[in-house]
Amino acid sequence: MKTQKKTMLTGNKAAAWGARMAGVEYVPAFPITPQTEIVETLAKWFADGTLQGKFTNMDSEHSMFMAAGSAGATGVRVFTASSSQGILHGMESLYTITGWRTPMVIVNVSRALATPITLEPDHNDVMSTRDCGLIQLHAETCQEVFDFVLMGYRIAEDPDVCLPVLVNLDGFYLSFTREPVLIPDEEEARNFLPLYKAMQPVFQASRPMARASAVFGGATYTSFKLQQDMACRNAEKCFNQAAQDFEKYFGRFYGPVEAFHLDDAEYVFVMSNSFATKGKSAVLKLRQQGIKAGLLKLRLFRPFPGEAIASALAGHAKVAVIDQNLAPGMGGITYPEIVTSLYSREDRPEKILSVIGGLGGKDMDDQDFMAIIEHLDKPDSGTPLYLYDEKDVSSFNRLQQIAKLKEALS
Amino acid sequence: MTTSTNVHKKIKDLHPNEAIAPGTGLCAGCGGLEGLRLGLKELGDDFLICNAAGCFTLLSVYPFTPLKGSWLYTTMGGSVPAAQGVRDALDIRMRYRGLEKKEDLNVIVVAGDGSSNDIGFGATSAAIHRGLDFIYFCYDNEAYGNTGFQLSAASPYGSATQTTPSTDVHEAGTEINKKNLFEIWKAQKPAYLATVSPREPIDLSNKFARAKELKGPRMFICMSPCPTGWGFEPKEMQEIAKLAVDTGIFPVKEYFEGEVVHTVRPRKRLPAEKFLERQKRFHHLFEPHRQDEVIGQIQKRVDDYWRQYE
Ligand SMILES: Cc1ncc(C[n+]2csc(CCOP(=O)(O)OP(=O)(O)O)c2C)c(N)n1
Ligand code: SF4
Repeated sequence: MKTQKKTMLTGNKAAAWGARMAGVEYVPAFPITPQTEIVETLAKWFADGTLQGKFTNMDSEHSMFMAAGSAGATGVRVFTASSSQGILHGMESLYTITGWRTPMVIVNVSRALATPITLEPDHNDVMSTRDCGLIQLHAETCQEVFDFVLMGYRIAEDPDVCLPVLVNLDGFYLSFTREPVLIPDEEEARNFLPLYKAMQPVFQASRPMARASAVFGGATYTSFKLQQDMACRNAEKCFNQAAQDFEKYFGRFYGPVEAFHLDDAEYVFVMSNSFATKGKSAVLKLRQQGIKAGLLKLRLFRPFPGEAIASALAGHAKVAVIDQNLAPGMGGITYPEIVTSLYSREDRPEKILSVIGGLGGKDMDDQDFMAIIEHLDKPDSGTPLYLYDEKDVSSFNRLQQIAKLKEALS
Repeated sequence: MTTSTNVHKKIKDLHPNEAIAPGTGLCAGCGGLEGLRLGLKELGDDFLICNAAGCFTLLSVYPFTPLKGSWLYTTMGGSVPAAQGVRDALDIRMRYRGLEKKEDLNVIVVAGDGSSNDIGFGATSAAIHRGLDFIYFCYDNEAYGNTGFQLSAASPYGSATQTTPSTDVHEAGTEINKKNLFEIWKAQKPAYLATVSPREPIDLSNKFARAKELKGPRMFICMSPCPTGWGFEPKEMQEIAKLAVDTGIFPVKEYFEGEVVHTVRPRKRLPAEKFLERQKRFHHLFEPHRQDEVIGQIQKRVDDYWRQYE
C-alpha cells in the first residue's frame, strides 16, 4: 500500500476526482444545482488534456443518460452526474439504459423534488430510481464519495453485473462541505481499476448486433427482466469483492452496512448519507446520558442487502428507520423494505418506528434524536413520526403572516 | 450550384446490396420502409441504427433482425442523443484506444414524424447545433402510426386522424397545418438536408450517395405513404407516392451549402384532389358532401408554395 495524498475536497470535487482516477473517457453532462461543480471540474480536465476522451454538453438529462448509455454500449468508460429534477427528467432514459445493461457510474447529488421547488437536499430523487435496476451506493463523507466512484466501476463493469452504479451524496451538506480526502496516485488507482476493456460485446463494424429489440409476450419480457434482477443481485457479491480489494490497495474497508455502537444498543437509528454523521454524534451524546443508542448506516441500497441489514438489527429492542424522503399517503420509502427484511426473524425488534425527517434540507438536531427515543419509549405511539415540531410550525406561521399582509396590501 | 454530379442515372445503376431482409413485421406496402431500404443500399453495411419508438421499432423483434448492420432501440424522444453517445464513443476509441478506422460505423437515426416533429424535436435541434456527425432518416407517415394513427405535428390540414376526426362541428378533421420540418431544420444549417420519396428511387439514391460523403448532421425526410393509416391498398403505395409528387403536395428537394434545389419537379401539377381522393383519411372531403372550402385551401397552399419558385 502506497501513501495517499491528503487533500481538502468538497463532496463534488471528491466525485470529480473519483472519475478522474477511474480514467473516465466520456462525460455527457447537463448542469443542475448542487451537482454542477462536478461536471464543471471534469469539463476543465477534458479541456486541458488532463483527461483523455470527450466531454459533451447535452441538452437535457433525458438526452444525457441516453448518450451515456449508448456510449457505454459502444465500449468506453462513462461517467455522468445529476440531481433532483434532472433525475426525474431522465427517468425514462434510466430505465432504458439499465435494460441495455451498460456499465457506468452516475453520481446523484441529492436535492428535494418540486413542488415546491427548492435547492436543498432530501432523498426523494434518489429513491425515485430505486426500482429502475441501478446499483445504489450512498456516501456519508467526501472520502466515501471518492472511494465509491472507484469501487463503482469495479461493480458496474463486472461481467456478472453490467449495470450502471449510482453513487449518492447529499446536496449542500456534503456537496459543498470540504473534508480531507485521501487520493491514491494514478498507478495505484490503475492497479485497483485497470483502464476500461468492455467485457460484453460493444458496437463496432466487425460485430453487427441488434440490441434492445422489441419483445412480444410476457415470457420473453420476464426472461430479460429476471436476468436484470439476477445481475443486480450479483452486485452484492461484487460489492463485497471490490471492498476487499479496495482495502488491500487503499486500507479502507466498506461493508454494505456500517454498524456504529451497535453491539449493546437498545435503540438503533437506521440512517444513510451525510445525516448519518449527525446520527453518530447524537448516539455519542445519548450514551453520555446513559442511553444505549446505536446506529446502522446503509451504504449499499440496491441491491438491497436484506440479510446484512436484518442480521445487524435483529436482537435490538427498538429501531427507528429515519427516512429523508416521503411517499405521501404511505410514509418513509426505506421503512417497509427494512421491516420486510426482519419479518421472518424470531429475534426481530419489538418496535420498528418509521421516522420522516430532513425533508428539503431541514436539519436534524439532538432534540430530534431525543424525540425519537421518547417516541420509541411510548407504549402506544403511532408511526410514522414526523420530525416537525412547534418551532417549525411557528416559523411557517410567520411566513404565512407575511403572505397575508401582502395580500391585504394589494 | 455546388452539388456534385449524380452517380445514378437509371434504376439499373442502383446498388445491388440489400441491408434489410424482406419479411419484417411492418405492413405490406409501407412507403417508409421502401425509402429506408433504398437509402441503406447506398450506405453500406457498417451502420448502426438508433431507433425511436414507432412503427419501425418492429423491424427488430427478439430474436430477429432483418438488418446487416447494427440496431439499438432507444425511446421515442431519445434516438438522437443515443446516436450522439455512439458517435462520441467511436471517436474516442479511434482517437485514443487504437480502434481501427475500418471499425467505424455510420450512425443513423430512424424515427417517425411524430418523434421528429414532437417529442424528439428538442434533442434533434440540439444535436444539429452540436454538429453531430450522423444521418437522420425521418419516415413521414404524417401521424403517430404505431399507436393507431393519431395527430402529429406533421399531420396535414384536412386529414382525419383518430384524435382529429371529422365531425359536423369540425368538418375538416385536422384544422391546423403541417409543421414545416424542412424549413426548421434548414434554419440550423445542417451539412445536408433533403426530402425523398420511395417513388423517386434514383433521386433518393443520389441523395444518400451525396450525404454519405459528407460529415455533420445529414437529414432526410421521406414521404411515407402508409396504407394502414392513410387508407389505401398496399399495392397502391407507389401510385400514391407518385401522386404526392405529381400534385406538388410533396416537394422533392435538397438543401446544401445554403441553397435549396427542387430535384424532381412536377412538370404540370395535377390537382391536389387527385392525391386526396384516393385515401380514406381525406374521404370526408368528398363524402357525404364535397368540402370545397377545405379542398380549395389545400390547393391554395400547394400553389402558394410553388409560386415562390416559379
Ligand atoms: C415517451 C413516450 N410516449 C408515448 C409513447 C407511445 N408511442 C409509441 S410509438 C408512438 C407514435 C410514434 O409516432 P411517429 O414518430 O410518427 O412514428 P410512427 O408510429 O408513425 O412510426 C407513440 C406515441 C412512447 N413510446 N414513449
Ligand atoms: S402503419 Fe404505416 S408507416 Fe407504420 S408500418 Fe404500417 S404502413 Fe408503415
